[in-house]
Amino acid sequence: MELLLDSLFNGVAIGSVLLVAALGLAIVFGLMGVINLAHGELMMLGAYTTYVTQLIFKLPILKPFYNSYIIVSIFLAFIVSGVVGILLEKTIIRKLYGSPLETLLATWGVSLILQQFVRSVPLAYGTGLVISLLIGLFLPTTFPSKIKESINLKYFKFSSWIFAALTGVLTGNVISSSVSKLSRASARNVDVTAPSWMRGQVEIIGTAFPKTRLMIIVITLISVIAITLFLNQSAWGMRIRAVTQNRQMSDCLGISTEKVDIITFGIGSGLAGVAGVAVSLLGSVGPNVGGNYIVGCFMVVVLGGVGNLLGTVLASFGIGIMTDLIGAGRLLSIWPDMPLPLSNTINFFATTSMARVMIFALIVIFLQFKPTGLFPQKGRMVEN
Amino acid sequence: MSLSKIKFDKKIVLSFWIILIALIIAAPTLLPVFRLNLLGRYLSLSIVALGVDLIWGYTGLLSLGQGIFFALGGYCAAMYLQITSSSEFPNNIPEFFALYGVEKLPFFWEPFRSPVFTFFSIWIIPALVAGLIGFLVFRNRIKGVYFSILTQASLLVFFNFFNGQQKLINGTNGLKTDVTQLFGQMVGSESMQRIFFWITAILVIIAWFFAKWVVKGRFGNILIGIRDDEPRVRFTGYNPVIFKTIIFSIAGGLAGISGALYTVQSGIVSPQFMTVPFSIEMVIWVAVGGRGTLLGAILGAVFINYAKSLVSEALPASWMFIQGGLFILVVTALPEGVLGWIQGDSPRNLLQRFGLKRKIETYPSLEVNNKEVENE
Repeated sequence: MELLLDSLFNGVAIGSVLLVAALGLAIVFGLMGVINLAHGELMMLGAYTTYVTQLIFKLPILKPFYNSYIIVSIFLAFIVSGVVGILLEKTIIRKLYGSPLETLLATWGVSLILQQFVRSVPLAYGTGLVISLLIGLFLPTTFPSKIKESINLKYFKFSSWIFAALTGVLTGNVISSSVSKLSRASARNVDVTAPSWMRGQVEIIGTAFPKTRLMIIVITLISVIAITLFLNQSAWGMRIRAVTQNRQMSDCLGISTEKVDIITFGIGSGLAGVAGVAVSLLGSVGPNVGGNYIVGCFMVVVLGGVGNLLGTVLASFGIGIMTDLIGAGRLLSIWPDMPLPLSNTINFFATTSMARVMIFALIVIFLQFKPTGLFPQKGRMVEN
Repeated sequence: MSLSKIKFDKKIVLSFWIILIALIIAAPTLLPVFRLNLLGRYLSLSIVALGVDLIWGYTGLLSLGQGIFFALGGYCAAMYLQITSSSEFPNNIPEFFALYGVEKLPFFWEPFRSPVFTFFSIWIIPALVAGLIGFLVFRNRIKGVYFSILTQASLLVFFNFFNGQQKLINGTNGLKTDVTQLFGQMVGSESMQRIFFWITAILVIIAWFFAKWVVKGRFGNILIGIRDDEPRVRFTGYNPVIFKTIIFSIAGGLAGISGALYTVQSGIVSPQFMTVPFSIEMVIWVAVGGRGTLLGAILGAVFINYAKSLVSEALPASWMFIQGGLFILVVTALPEGVLGWIQGDSPRNLLQRFGLKRKIETYPSLEVNNKEVENE
């Protein structure tokens, strides 16, 4: 029983990392049909945001609040990745709707640039750049429309970008002069240390669970609930669903599909940032951290069925539990005296990398029987 | 472009041939061995690019897993070389086996003692694997991005498998070939490398003719039909599964040959050939050169790789930026690639690309309508 609980917890822990990482992808891919290969890099940005937040909270002014930095960084990561995602949508992806293969290649290019960016630009100035992007993109929208009408919009936007650039440079300089670790570019991996209240273990029914893992499960849970509520209860959620079902009809009915696209992509990217916070708690953070997750995320989305959050949830927990069962060779300990050839096979796959081989092979076999995943979209179209 | 093959002027084709042949003849005398070796490697990569062009440019299947077949070909060649030159090692098996306490050659490597078998296995094994993967995927009408994701997942399956199996294939260390012997000569030696360069150059030309032959005639027309409107092809009475499987295994075979040539020239084959970025790079060579042009695939592979090595030598950090920028630029500004752009849209319309001069449209072209149909 204890063994089973342990296995279940491990599976859920692996699955919840996958889920929080795949959630944003499921929204972007499922609702917009956009293949975002830079999703992993948006996660990486989230992880680096956690690192930067941690260092900033070590400054004397913020030292008393140090223990809460992880909570703050969840919101910051959402904003940072979301802003970068919105920029991506506005500049590149918008031009490529309807041609997913091209989007795939372009976003791969973006992911290369982002990876190299964190390697060769000091994190302090990276932060400054993100802040200036944030201001430049959102300052023009915050003013009441009366002011916008009275001044020429072009000048207005231009001047707000200048203001944004100045603020960005200023913040970059301030951060780099006050936190020495952020002032130099380095390709080395960095470590995020969990605050003291998240270290150690909790005992539930006689089994010890690491607190960081529990934290990740909580983050995942909150993100899933929040996104479900947003999609099903809010006005913008309804518009998003409408556009997903029939873009042209929604456009005719007066929904601004352009805005819907931006919001959907921004939220999907922001969720990638939240996933980055979760990932940063698991191990060191480096430019390649996102690449380790991206294919797994796609497998979750494909397995769960596109455009269906329930499918995504089930698929990621399914994959997580299977990974644990196969990777740790659990079946052997549950059934110790199984026949030799079978136990040899299980031992053969009982490593992390071989478990991945097995899982992917199983998914490919599964897709033979249900090519559109667990919960396929219903429709009568020849093509989808 | 979406409805017809790009036709090239005779002049361009002829001048390409003249340049290519002049290059191949002149290269061994002009270039130092190091550069010659690099050029040979890049020429061998252009064979895998030809395969990508066949499946992506002509048939519309974007495979992100060509690295599987590339590495399989490389492993076949490398294992043969390792086995033939293992006579002085214990048990007459390659040296690395001793590290893991393996005393007998694993059974599936036995046939690789024969050079004839190896010669055929280099392209037949990857072709068979590609055919199998392709058949399973195409049978279920999995296509578009799902196909791409699945090929990428298979790539990871193979990568993890090859990476984890020390006892069978030396795991992450890969198989070295440069210190092995072939016909009594060291594979890594200068004279052998020169021979490999010649072989590669000749095989590129053969592969090009082969690919041209494949896309010519009715078979090629069906491939293009599948790319442009697969349901219509199916409703006309053709079974796209067969054609897609055939073309995918042809591309796999080409990738295998390419991998074997690349391996003997780079001196090692390792699971690194199966990493995700490498397979996506193969696609970008074709995208930059011009998909659906064949010539573009060869030129793209050679030039981008050469640029990569030159840039990486001068400014190591900047290549990633350039490569990423290239991806974005090609996809957004030059969707037909450089060759397609020269032939189709033509540089005369360069200004229009940047919105300075608008093309006057009298009636919406077919392509615009096509896109709208796809969107639904």
